[in-house]
Amino acid sequence: MTKRIVVTGIGATSALGGTAPENWTNLLAGVSGTKSLTHDWVEQYQLPVTFAAEASVRPTDVLPRHEAKRLDPSTQFALIAAREAWADAGSPDVAPERLGIDWATGIGGVWTLLDAWDALREKGPRRVMPLTVPMLMPNAGAGNLSLQFGAKAFARTVVSACASSTESIGNAYQHLQDGLADVVIAGGAESAIHPITVASFASAQALSRRNDSPETASRPGAIDRDGFVMGEGGAALVLETEEHAKARGAKIYAVLVGGGVTADAFHITGNDPDGAGAERAVELALQQAGATPDQVTHINAHATSTPVGDPNEYVALRKVFGERIDEIPVSATKASTGHLLGGTGALEAVYTILALRDRVAPPTINMTEPDPAVPFKLSGEAQPLGDGPQLAISNSFGFGGHNAVVAFASYDD
Amino acid sequence: MAFTNDEVLAGLAELITDETGIDASEVALEKSFTDDLDIDSISMMTIVVNAEEKFSVTIPDDEVKNLKTVKDAVDFITNNQ
Repeated sequence: MTKRIVVTGIGATSALGGTAPENWTNLLAGVSGTKSLTHDWVEQYQLPVTFAAEASVRPTDVLPRHEAKRLDPSTQFALIAAREAWADAGSPDVAPERLGIDWATGIGGVWTLLDAWDALREKGPRRVMPLTVPMLMPNAGAGNLSLQFGAKAFARTVVSACASSTESIGNAYQHLQDGLADVVIAGGAESAIHPITVASFASAQALSRRNDSPETASRPGAIDRDGFVMGEGGAALVLETEEHAKARGAKIYAVLVGGGVTADAFHITGNDPDGAGAERAVELALQQAGATPDQVTHINAHATSTPVGDPNEYVALRKVFGERIDEIPVSATKASTGHLLGGTGALEAVYTILALRDRVAPPTINMTEPDPAVPFKLSGEAQPLGDGPQLAISNSFGFGGHNAVVAFASYDD
Repeated sequence: MAFTNDEVLAGLAELITDETGIDASEVALEKSFTDDLDIDSISMMTIVVNAEEKFSVTIPDDEVKNLKTVKDAVDFITNNQ
């Protein structure tokens, strides 16, 4: 029998704030998290892109130094977001063997790896610290969260680029359905605003070049969009079976009703232009939810603000929803947060959950003139979702041809 | 320039605090790294490597297992400068 999987805790740290409530307030207020970078390395390496959406609260300002220095920044974000979510859920009393971790990152410990490389070249092998590998490994987030919360059911990691943490939430749904745990901490984190990744994404012509107007650079669906904006941070959900949540009297935000994952097998970076992979991922998520497209009331689009990606997503969703796609309130929140790569799906899941709670689709800022090829119902103002039952999907697509979609419903018992 | 025993102890305490969060005042000569200060082998190696740089000494890997107490480390560093 299908169980109801509910969301009982949320946590988020990004350019819009160090906590989920702060993120939500700033998102609704139309704040842009993107700014010019002030690091020496921007000038030193003459980077073609000089801005990003850096986290507004540095993890090293939150974590004790001895804890922070043992963790790559991506894991620092993971720990902060997961601790917030766990506390928000009321620190559930659950047997260690019934608590699981479904975590994600797109790149992992790029800072740790390259700092160690510098140390090796400048000072020799003795200066490569013993924790280098356990800090840079992509499963460092899952491993450290397992340690932190004593989670012994499992600690799994998804790495599927920008689809990673939507996929990890979908996996958590399945793991809870399969009875592998009663409670799962799911999400993802990324800290990859590094000269290497900036240079690489810029070389790939993927980044916006609006160095003179960073705050407005991320403009999904706008006719003059010119690429995505790098972001960073992490977000976490506490998910549990409704039975477990009710037994402990937990507050319930929403229901995680399903997920869908597909692969394009088309191109390592480009989307399949007919959107078939994304379309199937949405359909799988709705199928798992036992829902039909006409029940969907809100979409948090992947919409990264690249010239090619945004219309591809529209094409895919049009196939699922038909003409009704133009009526569904859509939010493209990367306009405010930038693109957190492996952390982005979890952050947008948090936004989707809060959208259901408050019955409002958050604003999409920076719309200059809508591109006729991307006629999503985006608005610079918050869009009301109405009083009825709500069903929302959140989409994420990644390099490698990964498509992941999760679906959440409003909760009523 | 050679470091005195007291300087080595103070410097070592700083490195231990930095690595583990243990208050520097806890780091006394008679304390055992493992039994009293609860320092694991990975943290111990990090402290050793940082101490090598700080005090310009070489602490061979084979020697690290002989450094049971803070005093062992302070003596080794002081005598091998």
